Amino acid sequence: MLNNNYQMNKTAAMESYEPPIFELSRTGRSGVNLPDEDVPNYDLEEMLPQHLIRKDLPLPEVSELDVVRHFTRLSQRNYGIDVGFYPLGSCTMKYNPKVHEKIASMPGFAMLHPFQPEETAQGALAVLWSLQSFLSEIGGMDATTLQPAAGAHGELLAMMMTRAYHLEKGDDKRNEVIIPDSAHGTNPASAARCGFTVRSIPSGSDGCVAVEELEKVLSERTAALMLTNPNTLGLFEKEVVKICALVHDAGGLVYCDGANMNALLGIARPGDMGFDIMHFNLHKTFSTPHGGGGAGGGAVSVKQHLEPYLPIPVVERRKEGENERYWLNYERPRSIGRIHSFYGAFLVALRAYAYILTLGPKGLREVAENAILNANYVRAQLKDHYDVAYNSPLCMHEVVLSAKRQKQESGVRALDISKRLMDYGFHPPTNYFPLIVPEALMIEPTETESKQTLDRFVAAMIQIAEETKENPELVKSAPHATPISRLDEVKAVRELDVRYEPLFIKENA
Amino acid sequence: MGYISNTENDQKEILAAIGVSSTEELLAPIPESIRLKRSLDLPGPYDELSLLLHCRKLAALNKDIDSTLSFLGAGIYDHFRPAIIETLIGRGEFLTSYTPYQPEMSQGMLQVLYEYQTLICALTGMDIANASMYDGATATAEAAMMATDITGRKEVLVLSTVHPHYRQVLRTYLQWAQFIYKEVVPESEAIGEALSERTACVILQQPDFLGYVVSDIANIIGATHASGALAITVVDPISLGILCAPGELGADIVVGEGQGLGIAPGYGGPLLGFFACRKEFMRHLPGRIVGATTDQRGRRGYTMTLRTREQDIRREKATSNICTNQTLLALAATIYLCALGKNGLRKVAELVIRKAHYAHKALCSIPDITDPFSGKPFFKEFVIQLPIPDRDVCEKLLEENGIMGGLPLQPYYPELGNALLVCVTETKTREQIDLYVETLQRVVAEMTAYAK
Repeated sequence: MLNNNYQMNKTAAMESYEPPIFELSRTGRSGVNLPDEDVPNYDLEEMLPQHLIRKDLPLPEVSELDVVRHFTRLSQRNYGIDVGFYPLGSCTMKYNPKVHEKIASMPGFAMLHPFQPEETAQGALAVLWSLQSFLSEIGGMDATTLQPAAGAHGELLAMMMTRAYHLEKGDDKRNEVIIPDSAHGTNPASAARCGFTVRSIPSGSDGCVAVEELEKVLSERTAALMLTNPNTLGLFEKEVVKICALVHDAGGLVYCDGANMNALLGIARPGDMGFDIMHFNLHKTFSTPHGGGGAGGGAVSVKQHLEPYLPIPVVERRKEGENERYWLNYERPRSIGRIHSFYGAFLVALRAYAYILTLGPKGLREVAENAILNANYVRAQLKDHYDVAYNSPLCMHEVVLSAKRQKQESGVRALDISKRLMDYGFHPPTNYFPLIVPEALMIEPTETESKQTLDRFVAAMIQIAEETKENPELVKSAPHATPISRLDEVKAVRELDVRYEPLFIKENA
Repeated sequence: MGYISNTENDQKEILAAIGVSSTEELLAPIPESIRLKRSLDLPGPYDELSLLLHCRKLAALNKDIDSTLSFLGAGIYDHFRPAIIETLIGRGEFLTSYTPYQPEMSQGMLQVLYEYQTLICALTGMDIANASMYDGATATAEAAMMATDITGRKEVLVLSTVHPHYRQVLRTYLQWAQFIYKEVVPESEAIGEALSERTACVILQQPDFLGYVVSDIANIIGATHASGALAITVVDPISLGILCAPGELGADIVVGEGQGLGIAPGYGGPLLGFFACRKEFMRHLPGRIVGATTDQRGRRGYTMTLRTREQDIRREKATSNICTNQTLLALAATIYLCALGKNGLRKVAELVIRKAHYAHKALCSIPDITDPFSGKPFFKEFVIQLPIPDRDVCEKLLEENGIMGGLPLQPYYPELGNALLVCVTETKTREQIDLYVETLQRVVAEMTAYAK
């Protein structure tokens, strides 16, 4: 049974309300020691046009201790992998090694300026070049760019390259991108952002792409198919080779959304399946911390025929005498252009590089195997208590359950189950996604969790399934152990409050 | 072992519970023909100690701006970062959390983002800010796309004094989405001629890429509005410690790079794009927005709001495709702005502008060095022209005294000849500035003599 020690840590700090920092402000307080001026005290009005000099700056005035306590308390009202199990499906919330933080804070990396001469950044360029080649090998592709700042940015880049590829062939009619209805919302949004029309296709009865549905929409207007493999149901697209061939025959390209690459490391490669282009999420598969919503990393890998379109600059290597020299190549006339201020998220790439070195080829394969093992374990333990989406006999790295049964029997919905899980000290799975599964609970345990953690999670899920029968109100009104209960989302929109008012803080009000 | 927790025994028990005899059986859905029949061709495994040694060696191949004397800027700045930032953003509860989809377990980060939005509004003088974008360049591109959406017009007019990389990113985004990118020199007459009923927006940078303050910004914004277009201003947040909020000058959308707000230069990434606009455009905003509301017991709480603009709900009809943004860096900026506060940010801005002017006077008094924009007001960057090739001078400065003297402008503005964009922030002492001036004077004298 469940041990209460694993309930969310209800310290006094977590329970207490933390006011907006603006309410702590007192005139004259400061949270930083700045140096005195050591140059002449030039008159501001001689340096700047008077009409452009700022009169007031409504920022808070708080002490350094105020700042440290405020943000420490806020951190205690937040849940991360370091706190507990985080089976948020499609997000690959695996342990983020601390050594990566140490490496990323080395001044020799953290304190590099993107405009410093290439000769003075050979170590950094070596990291970027190496990671490019590692990812090409892992994806079975020919070339990689690390510039996209996140997965969706990578998707957008891929769409730009797709358009460039077709246009260069003189084919300006290809304006449709085909996307299965199980795809992440970013896929259609990225395609639309690049001016494409989205053709959505329904999934088959097994949860995979229905080949006949694909055939119906393929035409001389097809620019590309965007496919997630394994898909968002945690299922491997078993017809992937045929699917790629069909799209290619129709003259289109096939894009792999690599959000779920954690299932494939060292086992199978999108490039070998027939994909032309793909993205990796460094913050998922390669364990760079997600930071509450970024910084991420969305590397894009391509086959040779798309290599000329990669964004500038491309990190390249050449021999100079005995030495290898790394450099940034801007002379790429067929490139789609620039998509980031500089070279992408270097410090994120550095962490992913360190992760790959730590694991090596054998370790990476073990990641995928154990991710699959853990997901199937959760599936096996819960399949009698919840419906499994599409009744698939096995899953890959994640399992999608459905609370359809619970909803019918007692009106308890997937969201209620998720909220109740919080009372047992777990972050909930992803809810209501993929959209094609009613009452979806998408669970991705990842390889870094132990059987014992999974057992506790499974016990909580089973207990909640029992509670939905015996005391559905307890579940519907959850969570009970968190600093706040469910929020009024309608009010959040109707009475929009997206910044603290007034900006000028009145003391002792 | 990597970071896998399960022992061999755990794995056996798991296999038994699933009802298979090996992991291999679980791979059955992957067709044999596309399985990788070999090991990946990659280095490793490295133990933790070897990894650190290897990374230290690589780091040692770089010259960082802490151990040299850097006057590089051009979008990435060496501003002072109080120690509390690294400590606080390193807290695992923040660092290892995902996007706050479940507000009850994410109140901490949601409140951070609410405070961040407030601070960005306070700095820029705008009504509403989103929870961050990838970087300054993509924030600018998203602003342009938003303006085309609001106005229904297709042409984006960009001043040639906007950061050259931002202009490249703008061109890329607009080109592939089939909008029109148009560049114009920063002169009232030229801007007036370029404006038309097709113009969705005008994008200008304040201070501009070369560091100079656009004195007649209100006129440019006025002309923009007169033609029914939106005014987008790209700003340096540190400069807003001393310069008027763009909201007061009539800007409709304000974007910029937030790296200067307590974030390491990091060889140019990860960065922090900020994005703010006027209230009437809020439903067109890209990205996430956090709002305050109450829970079932009437307690104040925070949640992501105006969600129907976003890709996971609206799919192809979303206002943007952005999902993961730069939350942890928004946290860093929030801590920075709170720690500095009203007086601190003003003081930093004053230190910066006075040190930059001190350096400017001294550098421009070196024989053979000229000031191509004499008399123009500037904040922390300015241009100097050299009598000899800019790249050679920079090489020599680095060789002699470990000085990175600035950005050679030849690739971006060849019309300026041998010119350097010099940046001075509060991290530079008078002594260091003097060393730069002396070294440059000597280098220029020697190289000019040699050239003769």
